[in-house]
Amino acid sequence: MTRLSKSESGSLALSRRGFLVAAAGTGVAFSFLTACETGDPNAPAYEPTQWFSIDANGLVTVNIIRAEMGQHVGTSVARILADELDAKWEDVRINHVDSDPKWGLMVTGGSWSVWQSYPLYSKAGAAGRAAMIEAGAKALGVEAASCSVANSEVVSGDKKISFKDIVRKGGLTKTFTQEEIDALPIKPVDQRKLIGKPVMSQDIVEKTTGAAKFGIDATVEGMVYGYPIIPPTRNGGQVNYVMDPAAKEIKGYLETVVLKDPSNTVPGWAVVIGETWWAAKKAAEAITLEYQPTDTMEVSEKDIQDHGRKLINDASKGVVLATGNTNTAPVFRSAKSTLDAEYTTATALHFPMEPMNALAFEKDGKWEIHTGNQWQSLVLPWLATALEVPETSIVMKTYRLGGGFGRRLNGDYAVGAALASKAIGKPVKMVLSREADSKFDSVRSPSVQKMRMAFDKDNNVIGMEQHVACGWPTQVMIPAFMPPGEGGAPYDPFAISGADHWYSVGAHKVRAVSNDLANATFRPGWLRSVGPGFTNWALESFMDEAAHKVKADPVQFRLNLLRAEGANAGAAPNSVGGASRQANVVKLAAEKAGWGQPLPADTGLGLATSFGQERNMPTWVACVARVNVDRATGRVKVEKLTLVADAGTIVDPDGALAQMQGASLWGLSLALHEGTEFENGNVKALNLGAYTPLRLSDTPELDISFVESVEVPVGLGEPATTVVGPAIGNAIYNAVGARLRHIPITAAAVKAAIR
Amino acid sequence: MTTFKLNGKQVTSTAEPDTPLLWVIRDEQGLTGTKFGCGIAMCGACTVHVGGKAQRSCVMPVSAAEGLDIVTIEGLDPKGEHPVQKAWQDLQVPQCGYCQSGQIMQAAAVLKDNPDISDADIDAQMTGNLCRCMTYTRIRAAVRQAATAMKGG
Repeated sequence: MTRLSKSESGSLALSRRGFLVAAAGTGVAFSFLTACETGDPNAPAYEPTQWFSIDANGLVTVNIIRAEMGQHVGTSVARILADELDAKWEDVRINHVDSDPKWGLMVTGGSWSVWQSYPLYSKAGAAGRAAMIEAGAKALGVEAASCSVANSEVVSGDKKISFKDIVRKGGLTKTFTQEEIDALPIKPVDQRKLIGKPVMSQDIVEKTTGAAKFGIDATVEGMVYGYPIIPPTRNGGQVNYVMDPAAKEIKGYLETVVLKDPSNTVPGWAVVIGETWWAAKKAAEAITLEYQPTDTMEVSEKDIQDHGRKLINDASKGVVLATGNTNTAPVFRSAKSTLDAEYTTATALHFPMEPMNALAFEKDGKWEIHTGNQWQSLVLPWLATALEVPETSIVMKTYRLGGGFGRRLNGDYAVGAALASKAIGKPVKMVLSREADSKFDSVRSPSVQKMRMAFDKDNNVIGMEQHVACGWPTQVMIPAFMPPGEGGAPYDPFAISGADHWYSVGAHKVRAVSNDLANATFRPGWLRSVGPGFTNWALESFMDEAAHKVKADPVQFRLNLLRAEGANAGAAPNSVGGASRQANVVKLAAEKAGWGQPLPADTGLGLATSFGQERNMPTWVACVARVNVDRATGRVKVEKLTLVADAGTIVDPDGALAQMQGASLWGLSLALHEGTEFENGNVKALNLGAYTPLRLSDTPELDISFVESVEVPVGLGEPATTVVGPAIGNAIYNAVGARLRHIPITAAAVKAAIR
Repeated sequence: MTTFKLNGKQVTSTAEPDTPLLWVIRDEQGLTGTKFGCGIAMCGACTVHVGGKAQRSCVMPVSAAEGLDIVTIEGLDPKGEHPVQKAWQDLQVPQCGYCQSGQIMQAAAVLKDNPDISDADIDAQMTGNLCRCMTYTRIRAAVRQAATAMKGG
C-alpha cells in the first residue's frame, strides 16, 4: 500500500473550516475591543489545519486518526506535531477522533502510523508555528522575521506572547492551502526538542487505574445484551431453525434473532438477546439450532495445506512479483548444485485479550457503532450495505482496543451488533464469548512454501525461488488494494511480502499463490507482521540451510549476499542505504550476542534478519536467539534474544522499545507456543486450555538496541516478529543439528529431528 | 440478593446467584476496570481481591461473595498510587492495557503476602496472567520495583 494520500475531502473540509474560523474570529475581534487586556478567555479555539487546535487556555489538542491498541500512537504522533509547532508538551492533549470522511483513510496497521503521520503532522505543526508567528508579531508590533517560537511562546528580542494570549486576542483567520502546507520548511534535526526524547505516554496512567475505556466498556441507556451463536463454518452459514423452549425458562432471556445480512458479512449468525450478558449466554447454551450443510464443513488443515502444495506445483497458478530477472529456469538448469526445501506454518489465532464486541444503536436517524477498530474505512461500507443506509448515516465511535494485532482491521464483528440492534429496535451491546471469538477469528492462514536455491561451481548463489501458497486476506476483504505483479495480475502483498528480499541472489522468482480452499473455508486475516511473519520463517531458515550446505558461516553467508547493489542499493527517502543497512544490523546483532564464541553443550545461537514489513518501508532488523535443547524430550528453552533494529529516526524511544519487546515475544510465541489447526471446517483450539500463547515464566532475557539514525522514521509494531522464529529454528540446528521446517516447533518435532 | 462490600462500600446485587462476580462488578455495579478475557480463569484479566486474596472473578458466582470484602482496581488505592501502580506507571508497563488491571491486582496481592519475593516466585505467581501485548519483561521489573518500594527500600 502506498503512503497515505492527501484526502480531497480533507482539503474541502479545511477550506470550509477556514471560513468558520475566520467568521468566528471577527466576532471575537469585536468583543476584544471592549474586553480587558488579557483577551477573551472564551475565545474560540484556533484550527490552522484539521489536525489540531489551540484553545484560549493554550492547550494544543491533536486529532489522532489512528487506533490506540498499545502502541501509544497518540503520544508519538502528537510529539511529531508539537515538536514542529514548538508547543510546550505539558499543554498537548490527544483526541482520538470518531469516523468522519474528512479524515481520509482511517486505518491502523502495517506498522505504518509513525511513517505515514510524520510528513502530515510535522507539516501541520509547521503551519501552526507560521500562524502563531504571524499573529504574535502583529500583537507585539514587530516584524514576523524577528520572531521565533519556543515553549508555546512567540519571542522577539525581549518581547514575547504566549499561544494562549494570541488565541485570546482573537482574529486568527490564517488558514493554509495544501500547496502552502507542502511548501513549509521542517526543522533541521538538531533543533528537535521532543522527537527522540524520553516521554511518559499519555495513556499510561489510565491503564493502571481501570479508567481507560475499551469498546467492551461502552454503555447506553436502554441497551440489552447480545450473545452471538457462531455457525459451524465462517462462510455459507444458514440457520434452518431455532428451538428455544428451554431458554425461555432462563430469567433475563428475551429472544433469539437470526440475522438477515445483505452484506453477507456474518452469514448464519443467531444472536441471543438477554437483559444481562450472563442470561444471554445461559440461554444460548439451552438453545438448539440446525444449520444447512456448507461446502467447507469437513475441511481440515491437511486439506488446506495439500491444496496449497497442488497449487504450487501447477505452474499456471499464482502471480510472480516483479523482482527484476525472474527467469530462474535456465539458471537452475545450468547450476552446479541446487537446494530445495518445503516450509510450512500452522493456522494462528489473534486471540486479543478483549474479545470482539460492539455496541450498536440508531439514534435520530443516525447509526452509532461503539467499538474498538483498526480500519473504519473498511467496515463502514459493509455496515452501510448490511443496514441498508448510506455510509453518511453511520458513525463509528472510537475506543481503546484491548489488543489489535490485525484482528480489528477486519471489523466484521461490528456488523453482527448492528444487525441485531436493527432486528430488535433497541441498542445491543454484543460481546463474543472467548470460544466464539476464536471460531469467528480471521486467522493467519496456514502456509506452504517451496524454497529453491541454485549455486555455481564455486558455491556462489546464482538463483533463488520462493513460492508461497496461503489464504489471501486482501483478496477476500479489499481486492482493490492488491498491486499488480508481472503480467499485471493482482496479488496480495500481505501474503507474500518478505520474500522479495534485499539479498543479491541472481535470478529471483517470488511467486504468490492464493489458496482458494483457505479463502473459502475461513476469512483470512492480517496478523501481526502479516506476510513476513511466515515468508521470513522460510526464507531465513532456508538461508541457514544454504550456508551450511556450502559450509559457510551463516552470518558471513548473509553479509556476502547483502551487497546493496542494483535494486538493493536503496533509494531516498525510505530505503536510503538499502541492503547495507541490513548488513549493518546483522553484524551488530552477531557481535552483541557473541557470535562464534564457545557455548555449553546442546546450546546454540541462531541468527535471522529481515527488512520488516515491506520493501517500500524497510525497518532493518536482526535477531540472535540463544537456545538450549533437552535432547531427551526435545524441549527448547530460549535463553536470550538479542535484537538490533534500524528504524530511521526514533520518535518515542521507550514506545519504540516496548514495540520491539512485544513484537519479538510475539515471534517467540508463534514459533514455539501458538498455533492450531482446522478440523471440520473451523479451528480446533478455542480457549486457553488448547491455545497456549507465551507466558511470563517462559519469557527470556531481551537485549534490544536501535541504530542511531536521522533517516525517515519507519515502523516498529511488527518487524521484530519476523526474525525471532527463524532465529530460534537456526539456533536449534546449531545446538543439536535438528532442522525444523514447520512452526509452531513442538518438542516432539525437535526430538524426532535430532539425529 | 447478595450483599457484599465492594471497594469499602456495602452493595446489594440482584443478579441471579450463579452470575459470575465479574459481570456483577462490570455491568451491575458499573466498575469496568475489571476485564473479561477467557471466562475460564486462565487469563487473569478479571482478577480482583476477595478478602485480600487474588481471585478470578469470571468463575466466582456472585452468591459466593455474600458478606465478603471485594476490592477491584478502582478501589486498590484512592489516588491510583499504590506502589504497584506507581511502578507500573514509572516503567510504562501497559501497552494496550486490557490485562493490566488484573496484572496489578495479582501483583498487589502477591506482594502483600510475600514482600521478600524471589525472582522465581515473581515468575511463578505472575505467569497465570496472560498479556497478549507481551509486556512480560516490564511486568517482572515492575513487580521487583514495587516490592522494593513496599519494603520501604
